[in-house]
Amino acid sequence: MTQLDDITVKDVDVLVIGGGTAGPMAAITAKEKDPSASVMLLEKANVKRSGAISMGMDGLNNAVIPGHATPEQYTKEITIANDGIVLQKGVMEYAERSFDMIQKLDNWGVYFQKDETGEYDVKKVHHLGTYVLPMPEGHNIKKILYRRLRRNRVQVENRYQAIRLMKDESGAVSGCIALGTRDAEVIVIRAKAVVLCTGAAGRIGLPASGYLYGTYENPTNCGDGHSMAYHVGAELSGLECYQINPLLKDYNGPACAYVTGPLGGYTANANGDRFIECDYWSGQMMMEFYNELQSGNGPVFLKLDHLAEETIQEIEDVLHTNERPSRGRFHDGRGNDYRTKMVEMHISEIGFCAGHSASGVWINEKGETTVPGLYGAGDMASIPHSYMLGAFVYGDICGANAVEFAKHRDLPTLDETFILREKQRILAPLKRSDGIPPNQFEYKLRRFVNDYLQPPKITKKMDIGLQRLKDMEQDIEFLYARDPHELLRANEAQHVYDCALMAAHASMYRQESRWGLYHHYVDYPQTNNDDWFCHVQLYKSEDNQMACKKRPIDPYVVELDEEEKTAYQKMRIQQVS
Amino acid sequence: MPTATQISMVPVVVDNEKCIADKGCRTCIDVCPLDVLWIDEKTGKAHMRYDECWYCMPCEADCPTDAVTVNIPYLLR
Ligand SMILES: Cc1cc2nc3c(=O)[nH]c(=O)nc-3n(C[C@H](O)[C@H](O)[C@H](O)COP(=O)(O)OP(=O)(O)OC[C@H]3O[C@@H](n4cnc5c(N)ncnc54)[C@H](O)[C@@H]3O)c2cc1C
Ligand code: SF4
Ligand code: SF4
Repeated sequence: MTQLDDITVKDVDVLVIGGGTAGPMAAITAKEKDPSASVMLLEKANVKRSGAISMGMDGLNNAVIPGHATPEQYTKEITIANDGIVLQKGVMEYAERSFDMIQKLDNWGVYFQKDETGEYDVKKVHHLGTYVLPMPEGHNIKKILYRRLRRNRVQVENRYQAIRLMKDESGAVSGCIALGTRDAEVIVIRAKAVVLCTGAAGRIGLPASGYLYGTYENPTNCGDGHSMAYHVGAELSGLECYQINPLLKDYNGPACAYVTGPLGGYTANANGDRFIECDYWSGQMMMEFYNELQSGNGPVFLKLDHLAEETIQEIEDVLHTNERPSRGRFHDGRGNDYRTKMVEMHISEIGFCAGHSASGVWINEKGETTVPGLYGAGDMASIPHSYMLGAFVYGDICGANAVEFAKHRDLPTLDETFILREKQRILAPLKRSDGIPPNQFEYKLRRFVNDYLQPPKITKKMDIGLQRLKDMEQDIEFLYARDPHELLRANEAQHVYDCALMAAHASMYRQESRWGLYHHYVDYPQTNNDDWFCHVQLYKSEDNQMACKKRPIDPYVVELDEEEKTAYQKMRIQQVS
Repeated sequence: MPTATQISMVPVVVDNEKCIADKGCRTCIDVCPLDVLWIDEKTGKAHMRYDECWYCMPCEADCPTDAVTVNIPYLLR
């Protein structure tokens, strides 16, 4: 440990930022590959109970298990669901490693549902293939990961918010600057390689309830990683392909196709009729959901009241104990009973998430971002529809590649001027004696996002939205925090601000409609493959401006035939429409 | 710019009779992902200091004395 001015500097070989799902796996793998390497896992909350799976998980949404699906089939399905805009090599890499990862987790004690013959009990939810593996005992997964972190002697630092990444004169990443969330201490972690695992950007839009923390995503995941990647010069991709999910109205938990679907539940309109072919979450499915909400047949409901008592009990057992256990309490308060009435559903706020959609920091099939030494995994990275198992698989890939990268590098030099300037910037809200509270700043920002940036996207509206956001830039200098906790919120709010700007820029750049509701651009209602069959990359230009460019789609490793390409376009059930 | 202090009904309730924070327990405070539970200086027990809750429930599940109850935030109820 060294000192820089009065700042503590910790030196490590590999720094993993974010200890939710992908992060612990990255840190464990790095240590397994090279036990002599120093590996730090930095977490804003506490790795015991952090991230999307803080209470566990209901199942694997995308398991590629021999006998049920092949990596080629899965890669095709995700390519189609994502309207062709995918790095297929990246999806294929996941699919090929998916089964090994399930077996690894199984060996570690994670329990997956098996049938009478002891085989994995996989269910069909997707449009074409069979990939959903229930985990009725999914609540112990964080404990199992924690045990592995201890056993492998990963250095865990809880309650630090990473705020800025640093790079050296060669342009390679050199660590991060972080803030102690309880004592407002600014520290520096110098690292030879960094793996970003900070989860989705879940606080861009405002939930319809108006409650800032009533988001679909765990609200600790506010886009810190997206903002950090942007400022250090990494490319982000597909940000216009928002995450928007079908949820229970007011209660921001999934409704949930994956659990109830295989047991006979489905999404219905006010008449109790099915209107979508397939409840698997995709932009096309969300478009039909949105259309139904706007139509005379709305609102939309989760329909279970036709199911047998034992089935409903089974559903309640899973839905009210694992992932979002407060759901039962919400229903009790409202007098909802799955047996007697359908439960109202609604559309979530917008966000960036590759776990469910395709928006995030660009990575390739090795987990590399466009900045040397910087890797990314899980919901914040760009491999689409990766869910929990994708976070584990890419965590594993990044951990192995990061520790290898670190081996061939000396400790980088630090840019002291940058660090001292950042320290001042980070602490500024605490030094003021009055000003704008972070919650008010964030509320206003996110309301503008809802008013102007959520679909249907309209150029004139997005123009106004962008202007409102730019007007708010001057408010940042007035953010005011009375204690370290409010300082954490003030720094988070600035990252939410960056993400909102990114959402606007990327959406206005792609002048076509694609991915159903996710990028439903009213001025350009058609999909235009001639001009827009490409990724949209967002980056910081030489003159520090937010800029976008096209990136061609890499050659496919699995070809699609014409018939398959449009499978996800035919979501609406014909007799109802 | 002057500021005001507004009140807000918080979703998480701690039963002071059951809470053993005075014996050194910090479990709920440790596990909360949003870091909104703190020791109440007046009572020495855990309490919810900031109305920023994801109603995710680790605080309730991990409390050794069942002192914590997570309610749905009023705005969503
Ligand atoms: C409600 C819900 C239900 C889901 N259900 C399923 C399901 O049934 N099946 C399935 O396969 N997938 C499901 N998913 C998706 C799956 O959980 C995620 O894709 C996966 O867990 C993402 O892992 P991650 O590591 O990217 O993010 P997370 O596990 O969320 O971890 C991100 C971590 O980064 C930390 N962090 C954030 N910012 C910083 C910072 N600045 N500094 C330090 N640390 C930071 C956070 O505290 C957090 O611990 C669900 C997701 C949600 C939200
Ligand atoms: S976990 Fe329970 S006993 Fe411990 S401090 Fe919290 S409320 Fe009190
Ligand atoms: S429910 Fe979750 S966010 Fe709310 S206080 Fe408990 S642990 Fe914290």
